[in-house]
Amino acid sequence: MTIRFDKLGVVIAVIVAYAAFAAPFATFRANRIVPGEARSILDALPAVTGPLLLAIVLIAALIALLKTPLILRLAASVAALAALALLIGVAGSFLTPEGNTFARISPASGFWLLIFAFTLLLADVLTRLNLSPGARIGVLVVATAAIGLLLVSGSWNSLSILKEYANRADSFWAEGSKHVTLALGSLAAAVIAGLPLGILCHRVEKLRAGVLNVLNIIQTIPSIALFGLLIAPLGWVATHVPGAASLGIRGIGTAPAFVALFLYSLLPVVANTVVGLAGVPRAANDAARGMGMTERQRLFGVEFPLAFPVILTGIRIVLVQNIGLATIAALIGGGGFGVFVFQGVGQTAMDLVLLGAIPTVALAFAAAIILDAVIEMTSTKRREAQPA
Amino acid sequence: MIEIEGITKRYDATTVVDDVSMVIEPRTIAVIVGTSGSGKTTLLRMINRLVEPTAGVIKLDGADNRSLPGYELRRSIGYAIQGHGLFPHRTVAQNIATVPVLLGWDKARIKARVDELMTLYQLDPQAFGPRYPHELSGGQQQRVGVARALAAEPNVLLMDEPFGALDPIIRNKAQEDLLAIQKRFGTTIILVTHDMEEAVHMGDKIAVMDAGKLVQYAKPAEILARPASAFVESLVGASEKPFRLLSLGRVRDAVEKGGAEGEAIPGDASQRDALAELLWSGRPALPVKGADGKPLGRVTVDGLVKRAARPA
Ligand SMILES: Nc1ncnc2c1ncn2[C@@H]1O[C@H](COP(=O)(O)OP(=O)(O)O)[C@@H](O)[C@H]1O
Ligand SMILES: [Mg+2]
Repeated sequence: MTIRFDKLGVVIAVIVAYAAFAAPFATFRANRIVPGEARSILDALPAVTGPLLLAIVLIAALIALLKTPLILRLAASVAALAALALLIGVAGSFLTPEGNTFARISPASGFWLLIFAFTLLLADVLTRLNLSPGARIGVLVVATAAIGLLLVSGSWNSLSILKEYANRADSFWAEGSKHVTLALGSLAAAVIAGLPLGILCHRVEKLRAGVLNVLNIIQTIPSIALFGLLIAPLGWVATHVPGAASLGIRGIGTAPAFVALFLYSLLPVVANTVVGLAGVPRAANDAARGMGMTERQRLFGVEFPLAFPVILTGIRIVLVQNIGLATIAALIGGGGFGVFVFQGVGQTAMDLVLLGAIPTVALAFAAAIILDAVIEMTSTKRREAQPA
Repeated sequence: MIEIEGITKRYDATTVVDDVSMVIEPRTIAVIVGTSGSGKTTLLRMINRLVEPTAGVIKLDGADNRSLPGYELRRSIGYAIQGHGLFPHRTVAQNIATVPVLLGWDKARIKARVDELMTLYQLDPQAFGPRYPHELSGGQQQRVGVARALAAEPNVLLMDEPFGALDPIIRNKAQEDLLAIQKRFGTTIILVTHDMEEAVHMGDKIAVMDAGKLVQYAKPAEILARPASAFVESLVGASEKPFRLLSLGRVRDAVEKGGAEGEAIPGDASQRDALAELLWSGRPALPVKGADGKPLGRVTVDGLVKRAARPA
């Protein structure tokens, strides 16, 4: 019998071998800013659990390495991820000296590499399973629920990130909701302004190149520079337009952050609207007019539905981009998860940086999965008719 | 009745349709033939005002076609566009229902009409109604395109190369279906094609276009017998003429007294088919039977050959 290897499995096995034996699993620090001491899996976990975790990840890596049935690979990746998620919490409590509130335990490179390797395996399995859009959202919900459960159960409370969280629970949620409001609000504004602008550009050829060029130039302005450029005009508006200041419009803070995100969002929305409308089959437009649709009926009944998946792709780009970019808003007092990132950088407290960065990445990831699923759902039925 | 009077369409300096006048009698099929780019589609689209003419008037049953807003005019005229043009995001049933929905018919009436048309076109409403156009074969898509054009029971149907993309067997079937439907509903049809065979077969009258001009507008036999120009002659195809002429006549009209050996040919068959059968089987005569199966007499090679000659 010949043993056959899985290509991706080889990569995963190499990462797992390195992460399990050569890289630290957890870091121990006497307080939140001193350099840490590395702990391997066997050192970081109590008696049986260390060898148990090693056994689980090695068996899972072996399953990944060999050509095995998808269902087995799925089970291996889920089991490994679950074991890692549970045992990092155990390591936290195990490594924290009794009664010591200054010590900080954080996951180290070995842990993150293992998570990365098995997420890779899981992603590969899910792709190969060719899940329906609904099922993909289902997987996301289950994963979110599992993580939520671990957070609520307190089994991670001994980890440094959650200690940072515990010190800032109130501001975490306030900044989080600011972050989401900023990202979604600027997206909504960009859609409200961008769709009509895109339709206009589609109908009026003379406008098209000009508008898209201007939006393109805006995209290339670095965000800090754009904030700077906005301070003067918004400050002017705040002092000269009655009522503007009471609406929260100022040269710094949320207003310029919102305007900047809105401006960055316009290009993808407008460009995708133009591309989507241009991609509507000529024959469908011709038939719509020939059947006696008014311009309005044709726009909403034929052009829009057919361009919708492409427009939605633009919205997906904007949403993911905005969730990331909203981090920068903290630089000018706009709030959001960026607040923790920049505070953390200032205090050289890596855990605080992660407290801002991890939710941002998770949000962007979830948004991408959800919108991809929605795009697929809307476009499967709308595949272009084959020519007769 | 459709009266086209001195219609011209210019795009900048190029004249695409040049001073065309013709009258299409109600309940007849007029076929517009011509080479590609001769202005057939443009002429057709000026009837429902998808294209506005530079000069001239088109009247439908005496009324100028500009007396209604364009979209209302188009709802009253069936239009089967080149290459079917079905809406890819709508089901077959929704596609067919397009104009009735625009006209605000009630649901029950729309459903009844869609089912009727699908049945007429041998598409099971249960099976095909909920499908999307890309799930159909080319022939089925074409039928749905025509069914959609007919949905609101228009008196006038414009068809732009409706059978162009079909293979010969399906095309024949589609042509026969259309002829049957035209007889049944008495629709006035204007059909564009570049295929003279199709024109002779389908048309009560044929309009030949060349470089935007209407060079001849006459009955098929007349076009075959007396082509108005060398261009029409070339379009007809010199070597095809006698056979096209025969294809216009029914066997019934060429029957002679007497009997013959062998299987009888139906009186409804074309004289061309009868001649082909005679030549192929090497016999001098074939028996002819009526629709009821009774013998009508016989057709002979000699008789058919005389009919294939240029009319006096
Ligand atoms: N919108 C337009 N603008 C400019 N030229 C056009 C337009 N529509 C058609 N034409 C030109 O008019 C001529 C006739 O076109 P058409 O009526 O489509 O011909 P056919 O249907 O006989 O092939 C072609 O040379 C075509 O390029
Ligand atoms: Mg054409």
